[in-house]
Amino acid sequence: MALLELEGVTKQFGGLTAVSNVSFAVAEGQIVGLIGPNGAGKTTLFNMINGFLKPTAGQIRFRGERIDGLKPHKVCRMGLARTFQVVKPLQRMTVLDNVLASSFLRFPARADAERNAWEVLEFTGLTPVANTVSKGLPLGLRKRLEIARALATRPALILLDEACAGLNPTELDESIRIIRKIRETGTTVLIIEHHMKVIMSISDHIVVLNYGEKIAEGSPEEVARNPAVIQAYLGGEAAHA
Amino acid sequence: MASAAQTLGRYRTAAAVVVGLAVIPLVPGLNSSYVLHMLILMLMWSVIGMAWNLLGGYCGQVSFGHAAFFGLGAYTGGILYYHLGWSAWWGLPVGMVVVALGALGVGYICLRLRGPYFALGTLAMGEVLRVTAENLEWLTEGTRGIMLETRTWVAKEPFYYVILAIAVASFVVLEVMVRSKWGYYFVAIREDQDAAESLGIDTTLYKNIALVVSAVLTGVAGAFYTCYMGYIDPEIVFALHDVSIVAIMVVMVGGVATRWGPLVGAVIMILLSEVVRTLPYIGRAHQTLFGILLIVIIIFLPNGVVGDFRKMMRFFLGRSKPAGAGGV
Repeated sequence: MALLELEGVTKQFGGLTAVSNVSFAVAEGQIVGLIGPNGAGKTTLFNMINGFLKPTAGQIRFRGERIDGLKPHKVCRMGLARTFQVVKPLQRMTVLDNVLASSFLRFPARADAERNAWEVLEFTGLTPVANTVSKGLPLGLRKRLEIARALATRPALILLDEACAGLNPTELDESIRIIRKIRETGTTVLIIEHHMKVIMSISDHIVVLNYGEKIAEGSPEEVARNPAVIQAYLGGEAAHA
Repeated sequence: MASAAQTLGRYRTAAAVVVGLAVIPLVPGLNSSYVLHMLILMLMWSVIGMAWNLLGGYCGQVSFGHAAFFGLGAYTGGILYYHLGWSAWWGLPVGMVVVALGALGVGYICLRLRGPYFALGTLAMGEVLRVTAENLEWLTEGTRGIMLETRTWVAKEPFYYVILAIAVASFVVLEVMVRSKWGYYFVAIREDQDAAESLGIDTTLYKNIALVVSAVLTGVAGAFYTCYMGYIDPEIVFALHDVSIVAIMVVMVGGVATRWGPLVGAVIMILLSEVVRTLPYIGRAHQTLFGILLIVIIIFLPNGVVGDFRKMMRFFLGRSKPAGAGGV
């Protein structure tokens, strides 16, 4: 049984179909990439998986249980955490307090929560800035704080929404290293990413969306050769060339 | 690891303040009934301020309708006295239950709104309750109000110790709450509700907890007000400008989301309104002056007197020196 299964998931906003009949599965222990041009419906799909949006049709199952329509905090409690494309740090709190706030979910006692928070900070390399107010962090570290906060809830599956966008090459390498390390510790990763180098090098499996529909799925090599994918990214002319 | 000694150290200021306040009625010269009346009002407002601070300061849900809870508490005591002949003091425990239920109702309606819409929703709730109290004459005696024929004590001292005990209890309850997991959840909700929700925080539940605790403490202050002043009417206890807005001012002036802000704010606001009232001509314009004060605070001391204490000191102790220049 796959860890996460989507079956015929559809989302309509009025007359606009943002996501149309998308089905795929994420196996435990994998890093799965979700790619597609801007407006393909990737973040909408994340919002449905994490519970911010209720699908118009279709089912989402996590560990075999339906989670579509559950509130985000319930989904998180079940072991599915996410980060945001537009980072949402708890601005006037320090980095440590940010991570501490999400540690309480699994560790109600303060001492345990603090231990968990420090572990996660060490894991994500944020220990040196633990006492910095998160408002003042550069983007690279704020992106990493997003990941740290999600990890502090000890998820089985983590959804990363463009966790690498806007990073410089050094930060990028560090983030790739952290994402690989997340998988090594037994957490499955579903990642949205525009950076092709990143997605091709870390994904075991890639799902491609375009105009809300799944147009391809497979290993990075398969997806890179797929004519429909090339057409979506480079336009009709290129695909025939 | 917080050792007992560290914990003691942390609360040394609090202990000193409590002891200081407790001995004031014993000090000759300070124990006039006028001074005690001022102190009673300051303590009562600090309770309301602390209560508002939990919901508005820590949890970020700015209420313009705390008069609803103050009035509910006040009228619970008044109605028990007037219709059932009970002591108005029963308003404190019974009022806690009534206000908690009222707060759940307000929460059910208003907490689905965010930001300014929540503020407007609570403002409306306060006004709805005022008009209701004015018109439910069989229950509230309408605009005639309810008067206690005798007050429990003629002297101020007993009232003073009662409100001091309420203030200390409120301080302790809030301190414990804010330092616990709940405090982190409240602040997380304030900083970003969507992020909090996706980090596994049941935002609806915790916003309701903050609202109910805040409302109950405000209601206790209201019930105390009935016993102390001996007269209530809807215009007084459900007042938008004299209760709801003053609650916000107390916290804004003192310092939003600070431990001592509400007490400092209450002291400043009560002193200020006393001073302003005695000024010739402009005494009646105290609302205008409070409005101007609020604007000044928001621009120059957005974190209040407590939050921006250093900034304020720098201003008064010579701002010609560049900040952080050090030396003499």
